[in-house]
Amino acid sequence: MAETHDLVIIGGGPAGLTAYLYAARARLDCVLVEKTSPGGQVLVTDLVENYPGFPEPLSGFELMDRFVAQVKKLGLQTISGEVVRLEIEGERKKIVFDDGRVLQAQAVIIATGARPNRLGVPGEEEFLGKGVSYCATCDGPFFRDQEVAVVGGGNTAVQEAIFLTKFAKRVYLIHRRDQLRAQKILQERALANEKITILWNRVVEEIFGQDQVEGVRLKNVKTGETETLKVQGVFIFVGISPQSEFVRGVLPLDERGFIITDCEMRTEVPGVFAAGDVRAKACRQIVTAAGDGATAAFMAEHYLSQK
Amino acid sequence: MGVVHVTDQNFEKEVLQSDIPVLVDFWAAWCGPCRAIAPIIEELAEEYAGKLKVCKMNVDENPITPGKFGIRAIPTLIFFKNGQPVDMITGAVAKSTIENVIQRLLSS
Repeated sequence: MAETHDLVIIGGGPAGLTAYLYAARARLDCVLVEKTSPGGQVLVTDLVENYPGFPEPLSGFELMDRFVAQVKKLGLQTISGEVVRLEIEGERKKIVFDDGRVLQAQAVIIATGARPNRLGVPGEEEFLGKGVSYCATCDGPFFRDQEVAVVGGGNTAVQEAIFLTKFAKRVYLIHRRDQLRAQKILQERALANEKITILWNRVVEEIFGQDQVEGVRLKNVKTGETETLKVQGVFIFVGISPQSEFVRGVLPLDERGFIITDCEMRTEVPGVFAAGDVRAKACRQIVTAAGDGATAAFMAEHYLSQK
Repeated sequence: MGVVHVTDQNFEKEVLQSDIPVLVDFWAAWCGPCRAIAPIIEELAEEYAGKLKVCKMNVDENPITPGKFGIRAIPTLIFFKNGQPVDMITGAVAKSTIENVIQRLLSS
């Protein structure tokens, strides 16, 4: 018979770890499933300045180390693996892994988060790891005194553009609109930074090079003109997509694939909850993910006690 | 035998002249995803002991070898057989993804 728990939490980012914290304090029999090791997307954030209670900025992994340490005090149990399917058999839920392993649970919290979108242009796949990057904190130091492009105009793009000025001698921020979407405080810093040049109303049509990235071809969406820009690195931050493939057809998703819940994190299936970036909602921040996780665990406890 | 930490100085001897296939994890302390896969790399070193040599190279302390292999992103895993790089994974991936490459490497 498959290993069985009251509650299985899938995903070890801020939402999953907070759910575990609350579930463990409620003394639920609970395990956390994680693909690599706990942390989530926050691990790639250079500085977290907006998590309340930490007036001095700290790195994404310092913050996640603290999340993990707190949950470890309550005896964190993790299972390593990639979940490929969720099966609902009445009140019993089966979590199926890519290697065929199966976990059974009465309640499930899905906190699998999101992954960065691809631009979908020629050269992007080919030059991954050869100048194309989705992680400035990982790869920025390889571009010391070089010129790089950052694609996007949201919080992540602008924050990472600022971070990259520590290494690169010039950062071109390429944005398809004529204004940034990022929070005002980030916009102010980017506009004031002499190493950042913002190229408005442009989209990347191609990333080119021989063995490594040598440049990008840009198109001005207003005039239709194209131009080439010589850069050694291209950092892409054009939004995120939910990691929800494994529940497609099982749970209702919105048009972009985010899991639909009510405001108590309940999905359409009783006993299955979603929390954090994977959930359909407007604001995706560490603090809101943690809030979702707490609510989901609270509701899971409630669900289990009613059975 | 666990993970072997290699340097620019002993890379040739430890990796290129190894009798068995080698996995090298290029990493740095400032890289969050590198930390995320570190426990997996250690598990693999134990599980494939004797069949696969598992090494780590800190790219901050050892600039020459990463440069030679054109590494501009970490974590990068390079798989070597008979002194030749035969496969590569960029970014933090699930253990099963790494194991698929290992299986292919060991059976070829």
